[in-house]
Formats: sequence, C-alpha cells, structure tokens
Amino acid sequence: MNDMAVALQPAAYKSDYKPIWCPGCGDYSVLSAFTKAFSMVGRKPEEIVVVSGIGCSSRLPAYLSSYGFHGVHGRALAAATGLKLARPDLTVVASGGDGDGYSIGGNHFLHACRRNVDLTYVVMDNHVYGMTKGQPSPTTEPDWQSKLSPTGTGLRVFHPLVVALAAGANFVARAFSGDPNGVADILAEAIRHPGFSFVEILSPCVTFRPEQRNWKQAVHPAPVGATDDPAKAARRILSDDGFNVGILYRGNRPVYRPPVGKAKKQPADLEKEFEV
Amino acid sequence: MTTTTSTPRTSVCIALCGSGGAGVMTAGNLLLEAAAQAGWYGLMVRSSGPQIRGGEAAALMRIATHPIDCMDDRFDAIVAVDWQNIHRFADEVPLDRSSLIVGDPEQGAPPEVFVKSGARAVELPMKKIAKGIPGSWPNMIALGFASQLLGIPADKVKAVVARSLKKGAEQLPASVAAIEAGRAAAAGEGAAFTLAAPPAARAKRWLITGNQAAGFGAIRGGVRFVAAYPITPATELLEYMAPALPQVGGVLVQAEDELASVNMIVGASYGGVPALTATAGPGLALMTEALGLAVAAEVPIVVVDVMRGGPSTGIPAKSEQSDVSIALWGLHGDAPRLVIAPNSIADCLTATQWAVHLAEALQAPAIVLSDQFFGQARAVTDRPADSGLVGERLTAPAGSEGYKRYAVTDSGVSPMAIPGTPGLAYTADGLEHSERGIPSSGAADHRVQLAKRERKLVAHDYGAQWADVEGEGGIAVVTFGSCTGAAREAIARARADGVNARLVSMRLLAPARPKLLAAALDGVDRVLVVEQNHGGQFLRYLRAEFELPRTVRSFRHPGPLPIRPEEVHRQILALEEESPR
Repeated sequence: MNDMAVALQPAAYKSDYKPIWCPGCGDYSVLSAFTKAFSMVGRKPEEIVVVSGIGCSSRLPAYLSSYGFHGVHGRALAAATGLKLARPDLTVVASGGDGDGYSIGGNHFLHACRRNVDLTYVVMDNHVYGMTKGQPSPTTEPDWQSKLSPTGTGLRVFHPLVVALAAGANFVARAFSGDPNGVADILAEAIRHPGFSFVEILSPCVTFRPEQRNWKQAVHPAPVGATDDPAKAARRILSDDGFNVGILYRGNRPVYRPPVGKAKKQPADLEKEFEV
Repeated sequence: MTTTTSTPRTSVCIALCGSGGAGVMTAGNLLLEAAAQAGWYGLMVRSSGPQIRGGEAAALMRIATHPIDCMDDRFDAIVAVDWQNIHRFADEVPLDRSSLIVGDPEQGAPPEVFVKSGARAVELPMKKIAKGIPGSWPNMIALGFASQLLGIPADKVKAVVARSLKKGAEQLPASVAAIEAGRAAAAGEGAAFTLAAPPAARAKRWLITGNQAAGFGAIRGGVRFVAAYPITPATELLEYMAPALPQVGGVLVQAEDELASVNMIVGASYGGVPALTATAGPGLALMTEALGLAVAAEVPIVVVDVMRGGPSTGIPAKSEQSDVSIALWGLHGDAPRLVIAPNSIADCLTATQWAVHLAEALQAPAIVLSDQFFGQARAVTDRPADSGLVGERLTAPAGSEGYKRYAVTDSGVSPMAIPGTPGLAYTADGLEHSERGIPSSGAADHRVQLAKRERKLVAHDYGAQWADVEGEGGIAVVTFGSCTGAAREAIARARADGVNARLVSMRLLAPARPKLLAAALDGVDRVLVVEQNHGGQFLRYLRAEFELPRTVRSFRHPGPLPIRPEEVHRQILALEEESPR
C-alpha cells in the first residue's frame, strides 16, 4: 500500500489452477475482482491469506496466488479469526457461500461481527447449495422448489446485511458479480476498512438457479452513499429491493485487540506463582 | 493395612466438610499450604454438590511424607463445620473404626452413614468457640484442630493464614486465636494421627493443580495462542492461561463455541503459532471434525481433554477415564493422531509440554487426556524440571525450488510454508490433495497421502517417555492416567506382602507402540488392566493394538469414585494366586 513501485498487476494474484466452477458461474468474476482488489490494496500475495469453508465458492483460495486455507464447512470465520489474532501482520480475507456462512456457520457469522477483528468476509450468495446440487439455503425464497423441498421451504429468507449490522459488523456492502470492477472497488475498501468488513456479493448460480441471470437487469447502484449510523443503514436495507449495490455502512467501532502483556517475560518467570 | 498406630504416620487423609460459604475449601487450602511450608507433600481434591454456589462442600486432603498421586482407601478423620447434606460425601469419604468424626454438637449429630463405620465421634463446638473470639470463624477452629491432629507446626499455619489475609491484617489476631483454640481442642487426641517428620533435604516444591500444570506445560512447550470455550472441569486451565499467556507474548481469545475454538487454533497454527485449546468430553465430541482437518491439512494443534463422567453431559464435576475411545478412534476417515495421557499432576505439565513438541514436530493434532481428578486437585510436588522440549516445526525456507507442501518424504513430515514466506504460497486443504496441495480424488494421491500421514507418527522415535515402566515380576499392572498413583501404591503394598509386580503406565496411547509394550512385558505372564470407566475402553484398546499375555484381568469401575490402592492391591494378590493358563 505504501510502496506503489512494487504494486503487482491483478494477474500476479491468480494461480495457474483451473476452477471447477460451471461455465457462466458468477464466482469467476468474483475471483477476478479479488485479484484486482489485491492489486489495488497493494499487499504482496504472500502477505494475504484467503480462508474458506466448504462449497463452490469456498474453492476460491486455491485459484489465487496468495496463501489459502480451505477448511471445514461453516468454520471459515473461526479459522480466519484465529489466524488474524495470531498473525496480525497478515491481510486475512474469509470467503464462502450462503449455505456455508449463514446456515452451518451462522453462529460464527454473528460472533465475528460482534468481535470486530480486522478481517474481511466475502459471501458469494446465490441462494442455493450448489455443490450438493441444488438445495435451499437460508437466503432461498420460501416458494423455491427442489428435490429436498418439493413444496418450497415456506421459510422467511435470512437477511445477512441487517443481521451483520445488528451484530456489530464495522463495514457492510452489497455487490454484484456481474460488475467485477465494482466488486473490486468495494473489496479493496472493505479490506482497508478497520475491523470486521462484510461484503455480500450476489453471484448467480446459472446451473441450479438459471433465473438469476436476470440479476444483471435488476441490480442498481445504491441511491445514497454509506452511512455511519447502523440504524439508518438497517432501515435503508430493509426497505430496498435487495438489488441495491454499494457500500451501505461504514462504522467506526474499535477493532478487537486481544490483551497483550506489559513486559515480555520468559516462561521461567511464570514459575513463581507455583512456588511453595 | 494397619490403620491405628502410635508410631508417626507417613500419610494421613482428612476431609474438611461444610455447607457452601462455611469456608472449608479455604481451610483446606491453608492446611495444604502449611503442610507444604513445613516440608510435607500433599493433595487436596475439591468435591461439592451440584449447586452452582452454596451447596455442600468437601476438601478431601491427603498429607504425606512422600510424593502422592492418589487418595488413600480410607479417611483418618472427617471434620465437619456443619452436617448440611454432608452425608452425600459418604462414598467419597470412607471411614472405619480407627477414624475420627469431628462435628459441632450445635449442628446436630453426625449422619448415620458415617457413624455406622464405627468411627469415634468427637465433639468440637466450633460455632461456640468462634463466637467467643470476635471476628473469627468456625472454619479457622477446624483448621486449627486438623493441623494439630496432623502435627503441622502452629507457626507454619499462622504464617499461611497471615499471608492469605494480606488485605485484612486486622482480622489476623482473631484467626490466630481461633486456630490456637482449635489446636488446643485437638491436643487430647494424642499422636495417633501425627505425621512423621518431613524429608530433611528438599528441592524446590510447587503447589499446583493439574489444570495449571497442563497450561504451564503448554507455555513451556511454546504454545502462544489459545482459543477458549468454558467447560467443567477444563475451565481453570483456560483461566490460568488468560493472564499468563499475554505475559509471554501470547494471545487468548474466548470463542463462541467449541467448533470455533478448535477451528481458531487450527487457523492460528496454520499461521505458524503453536496453538492449544482445552475442553472436556462434550467439547471434544464437537471438535472431532476439525481434528480431522488438522490431520488432513497437517496442522499441528493440541487439545487438552480434562475427562469427566460421560456420556452426554454426564457428571460434569467428577472424574472418569471414559474418553479413551473417542480420543483414539473418534474421527472419521483414517486419521492418525497423537494421544498422550499424563499420569500425575506434575506430569500434566511434562506430558502437555511433550504433546506440544510432538504435535509441532509431526504436524499433527495431539489430544492430551487429563481428567477432573488431575485438573482440579491441588498438589504439593517437586518442581517439574523443564524437559527443554519445545515445538520445533519443520518449515520451508523462502526460495525453496518447486515447493510442494505435502511432499512425500521418508519421515512423512514435509516442510511447512508459513504465510508471509515469499514464493511458497499454497492452500492448506482438508480435501484429499496432491503433494502440491491441489484437491485430488485420485486413488494414488489418496493412498500416498494416507500412508505419509500414518508414517510420520509411526516412524517417530518417542523415546522412554512413551510409558513409565517400574519394578519386576511376572505380574504387570497396565494402566494410564490418574489410575497410576493407586496402581503404584498397590504394587508397593504387594511387594510388602512378598509379591512382585511391575507397573506399566502408558503415556503415549496413540500411535500404539506394540514393540515397546512387548519389551516392557518381557517375562510377564499375567496382566492386570486398571482403568476408571464402565466399559473397559482401555482394555479393548490394548486387545486391539497389542499382543498381550494369555492371562489378562480387567479391574475397572466408572467414576466418580476413584480407583483406590487397596482395590488394586487385592487384585494383584488374587492374580498371584492364579497360575498362568
């Protein structure tokens, strides 16, 4: 970030592994946006770790030239939190899908927002479990029918942006994969913003939700800029059409910092309390 | 064994009981500290009713001239400030005809369950005496009585009380007077319960719980990241770490659940920082998926399981060795892991330090099987020497040509690139992968990586620490963990009867070391397997993994009652009567 002379081009952040995604998947554009955002932020690939859980979008880390961690389903935020607290010098980005983040990983989502560790969480939301071939996720519409939900779930959709605000996320944005440059701008902002930054990216699943191809026509820029008032942001988000794209909230909560010792001691210095 | 003698005793057991708030735990801790100051060894186990606060409480104490790792079979005395629900401790405080029941007549008669033992009742009007000394409390009368009974010098008792009252020095004269009154009341009991003089020469002694010991052992081993989720009886380990870790440059974070705590430590360790969490059975069950991730992604982590009664929520505050099977077999897939069982409170330190060292060296998860007895008991021990073992991870230097994170090596251990190292970026993966870490469902990659992860554990030289092997004879007591203290005492008693038996206390449960156990059992034709659980989990493990002599007897019972030395002693004598089949 400081030394623009060494800034790398986006291509330098791409690995040479071919994604397993379906042709037309929104995640390709998100991958491209990641490389652009990293180039904009200007950190070297080895200073960045992308941590993910399980699902189509969770395959993303291996397609980047940064360090990656592809863990178990739903726990990307926990692994990312441990990593960032142990290694504050690294730029840590967690990424995954709506099933991974809002269903099996829902509890970690709440507490990551609350905790406000300086990391970025990117959810590629396609309202479906794609890797397991088409089951409803928490963001799936209640009347969407599938083999597992022949009559639809009948359940209210989960509203990640508002939940994130209520739980204390320090940066909340919505983006659309069909606009990789727009995603890249938002991602770069999210990474730069201190604390827990949450970016929900509408990323169509052309295989199990082909109707999501129409998202391209539905999305539009947010009519107003980001606010620092979470109540105002929540009200705006709750009353928008779900396709409002942009940075919606920029908070200034203090970033979580674990307690640190005043003077660094050696282990032997701790023996005194046990001595008779 | 003989229970009455006028010669000084090498070991005395005493229980201090009362309702919550009566201060019996305080009195117990002060008695233990005074005994430690005077040069004796000792042990205090806290036992309490199910209430969160205010229930009945018992400080179960054993003071001895030598290091001890278990309670004795019987108690010499129970001193009760009051009898409210104290009958619930009857199983934990077995008395006999030579025991004393010391109670306050104002609080009613001692419970029948104690009286029927034939123990002699002694009246000690603690409340009345305390009333006569303004500012004093009945528990200090009890402390005075107990200390006189055991022959712990008054000046040592007063000194520890003075230190404990640092902030309330004005209370000291009343407490001292109460202690003196208690001592005067016990003077008539003579020397039947007086301890023999403590050893003259002594090295540095520590007063420490198993939970503290495990925590400090982890710090010695290099752990600098801890994720914590509270659970009885492991919480105190995490509470020890919370202020201690930042002092050595480490970080502790409270997680939202055990799924988070274990994944947090995997994340931290992937970042190059040795990491640990502590839990009990229910938490370990939740952690098994991420333990498998640590196996597959080859990320070293340490999980201390302070075992309690199970299954499910079970008996949270009482000890049981019933997580053997889940620790050894509880992961899906072929998932080799390290399982290490400390066999004394001091060994909670040494074994945990070793576990950190091994996990780091072998890039694998290590489960340390402690238990509630170790974790929450406070012991006077010799200072555990620093083994010097620290985590030494094989890392890949910058500039490594054609780096492959999961390269197949002879040892099975592959150099690990730490994030920040240029040119080596890779993605750690719980998916089966190629040597480069690329997800692979190919048969060859799976076979090679499974074999590599098994080989690195099996091929390692674990040295003599794998077990404590003591003594000679055709009978061997094979055990682990907190049964070791009772087994060791039982073997000493058998030796006094002219029966030789050897002790094999296994510290390294996984990977199994069949050749080492075979060597330890050389010349043994009868084996007694001792464990504290209902189903014989340790026995089943031994049968599955090792060649055993034809005569194998199992002695086991579930918690919360400890395995007592005399129970094992009788089993050894019975086995001696049996000729090998």
